[in-house]
Amino acid sequence: MSKPLVRPLPFFALWMLIALLLGLSLQARAAEDETLAQVSALLVQKFDQRARGVALLVEQEHPRTEEILHLLKDGELYYRKDDDRLFIVRSADTGAEALDLLDGSAVIIEKKRDFRKVTLNNLMRGQISQALAELGLKAEDPERRAAAVRELLGALDPDTVAVLRNRIGDEPVTEVRELMAQALAIQDLETGDEAARLQAIERLDGSLEPPVRNALTALLESDAGDQVKRQAQLALNGIDEKIRYYGMLETLYFGISLGSVLVLAGIGLAITFGVMGVINMAHGELIMLGAYTTYVIQQLMPNHIGASILVAIPAAFVVSGLVGIAIERGVIRFLYGRPLETLLATFGISLVLQQAVRSIFSPLNRSVETPDWMSGLVEINPVFSLTLSRLYIILFCLLVFAALVMVLKRTPLGLQVRAVSQNRAMARAMGVRSKWVDALTFGLGSGVAGVAGVALSQLTNVGPNLGQAYIIDSFMVVVFGGVGNLWGTLVAGLSLGVANKVLEPWAGAVLAKILVLVFIILFIQKRPRGLFPQRGRAAEG
Amino acid sequence: MLMQALRNDRGGQVLIGVLLVLMIAVPLLNQLPPGHALHVPTYTVTLMGKYLTLALLAVAVDLVWGYLGILTLGHAAFFALGGYAMGMYLMRQIGDRGVYGNPLLPDFMVFLNWDELPWFWYGFDEFWFAALMVLLIPGLLAFVFGALAFRSRVSGVYLSIITQALTYALMLAFYRNEMGFGGNNGLTDFKDILGFDLQADSTRLGLFIASALALLLGYLLCRYLMAGRLGRVCVAVRDAESRARFLGYRVENVKLGVFTVSAMLAGVAGALYVPQVGIINPNEFSPLNSIEVVVWVAVGGRATLYGAVVGALVINYAKTYFTAELPEIWLFALGGLFVVVTLLLPRGITGLLRRREASA
Repeated sequence: MSKPLVRPLPFFALWMLIALLLGLSLQARAAEDETLAQVSALLVQKFDQRARGVALLVEQEHPRTEEILHLLKDGELYYRKDDDRLFIVRSADTGAEALDLLDGSAVIIEKKRDFRKVTLNNLMRGQISQALAELGLKAEDPERRAAAVRELLGALDPDTVAVLRNRIGDEPVTEVRELMAQALAIQDLETGDEAARLQAIERLDGSLEPPVRNALTALLESDAGDQVKRQAQLALNGIDEKIRYYGMLETLYFGISLGSVLVLAGIGLAITFGVMGVINMAHGELIMLGAYTTYVIQQLMPNHIGASILVAIPAAFVVSGLVGIAIERGVIRFLYGRPLETLLATFGISLVLQQAVRSIFSPLNRSVETPDWMSGLVEINPVFSLTLSRLYIILFCLLVFAALVMVLKRTPLGLQVRAVSQNRAMARAMGVRSKWVDALTFGLGSGVAGVAGVALSQLTNVGPNLGQAYIIDSFMVVVFGGVGNLWGTLVAGLSLGVANKVLEPWAGAVLAKILVLVFIILFIQKRPRGLFPQRGRAAEG
Repeated sequence: MLMQALRNDRGGQVLIGVLLVLMIAVPLLNQLPPGHALHVPTYTVTLMGKYLTLALLAVAVDLVWGYLGILTLGHAAFFALGGYAMGMYLMRQIGDRGVYGNPLLPDFMVFLNWDELPWFWYGFDEFWFAALMVLLIPGLLAFVFGALAFRSRVSGVYLSIITQALTYALMLAFYRNEMGFGGNNGLTDFKDILGFDLQADSTRLGLFIASALALLLGYLLCRYLMAGRLGRVCVAVRDAESRARFLGYRVENVKLGVFTVSAMLAGVAGALYVPQVGIINPNEFSPLNSIEVVVWVAVGGRATLYGAVVGALVINYAKTYFTAELPEIWLFALGGLFVVVTLLLPRGITGLLRRREASA
């Protein structure tokens, strides 16, 4: 009988503990609520009471302090005249929504006049921005502290400067300290004497923060002395030079990422067209099949979007590769040596594939989700950041390219492919099964098109016309690079991508594309065999 | 010379006969009361007129592909340019009857807030000027493009791809509003041509007869060119370009001349097409259209000229039928046709007929 008596004890203790914790937290909540109630009571009164309300809020370190201060600063805090309750009002029009500050319930504003804004005077504005600055600078996370200083850079006033001066000594992280120093220097530019200004310019030289540039520009317009102005101009030139440099880097980055897409789309064609001399107009549709494969895989594993892309890559390679082999066995093998007929027949196939996709999936575009690990930014500095998705595309393109080069240069299949493409009769005499090699080569090229489709599904809409949009570009890349040359395709794709992006700001997207097309048309006149011509059984009319 | 050529041209004789009969019979049958069994409604007349212009385009393509071996994937560009020249004339004929009622500017320019007519629109008020441009603009483009391409001996697949790039670039360009050709929407809302109301039955009959006549004359011109020495040189260039060059023929000049003539024919076809369908927009430049024309020729039979006409008529009729009745099937059918014709019927439908004739 004694046993059951013992048992409830730990339970009891546990319950007590939970109750205690609950009670404590409830107590804390109650204290917070009380503070908030006191603050709101103060905020609806006259300015000096309002200021006391703000001070109380900051003093108690209430968790919602920052939010409320921002609301006050942005003029989004209102009170209802009937009962003096505070509301968050984004738009004060009749019919708009007002959120109760304390319990978060929504109310529809029936009459504008029922609500009145909690206005601020200059004293309070100073108090609030100082409080906000202190809050930001006190944050645990150095990133957040840096963000707080950045915010201050653009809106300095004597109060925040005072806070900065206080905290700069305690700041442990060098980067954040540097930012703080820049903020103080901006202040010196505005208020300091000649010597302080010169020193400040020296400190700001080379900084890419936008407010620094603004402050220097403002200094040139001000009544500062000649030497100061001269130094400011020099610093400004340096900054502009840097911004231009990073602008160019950014254009280059965009260009390379566009070029990678072109290379991905074109590289499968470089194999079927270049190595085999087959014009495959259905190449775009093989890309499209890859994109649809991605879509189907995502439908099959909706809870693992992040992994679905990785599954889709081999799946798309297999799907497009098999379709490619079917095309080769069914149609193309009867047309070797007649490139123009191949062109027509494969174009017919492309129409059939398009319609098939339309009938199976509907003519509408399908959306393919981008996994979380592919979205985001890598910020290098305030004027230059890299989008992750583009970075992945570039890496992926290089990876696919390297894999293909390895297959062609290092495997027995590659050896046979090269042998057949250089001299079919001799290769057959040496015992290469040329028909088998043809089918596998075509399958390889088509499979790579499918893999390109996986990448494209992350960039554009997946629809029946996806392939058509890329077929001309792919041909341009292959022809420009020189048929039968993978490296030519890489160089051509990247340079066309960069050329497109360099022309774009100057000419607009469409005109840039037209100019590139015209350039290629003219280039082919000069060098009909592309950038890197190669001898062999390459397509000859 | 032409007579002699036609004497050996059974298909051509049939074609000319049919065209002449159509030119006389269709206007008469159109006059019959609507309930009559043989009545040809005006809608059908316009549709047939449209087919005939497309057949002329196919003849133009057969001239360069069938006889010269240049697989052009950009002939729709010349067709569309001819169409735009005609469309500009028709736009100017609208005058102040547009939606905005501006007597000086076409509607789309008023919409874009343009103050004055761009220089390249000058002259299009006059029909003779527009008619000249219908020939000159496609001809000039073909001449410049051909001079560059043929002189540097771009041939085969490369040529096909750059012709495709050409029409693609033009399509992108005409989509731009800044080009001054109506952007996306193109030119439309035409009212009348040479003073005749475009909606009137008599005008539509007139356009039909003009299309039939243009096809007839275009056919005769091509037949005349290809029946003589030039035709034999063309075939020589097609079958053995290097040998023809070594024999002393200026291959690039032959190619350039025939290519330019063909482009002008395509321009005329486009100019007759536009008033009958009532619109011209950048979509006409789409690379797909050009490839479709090549398929008409392939289906009808290459290097016969009349085969191109047969192919264009058959496929376009099928297209009209299928897209109305079984839209799902159309692309399957067209795509399948491409494959079947290239694999099994290298000489097209007319090739089948000729073979039977030869064996009988």
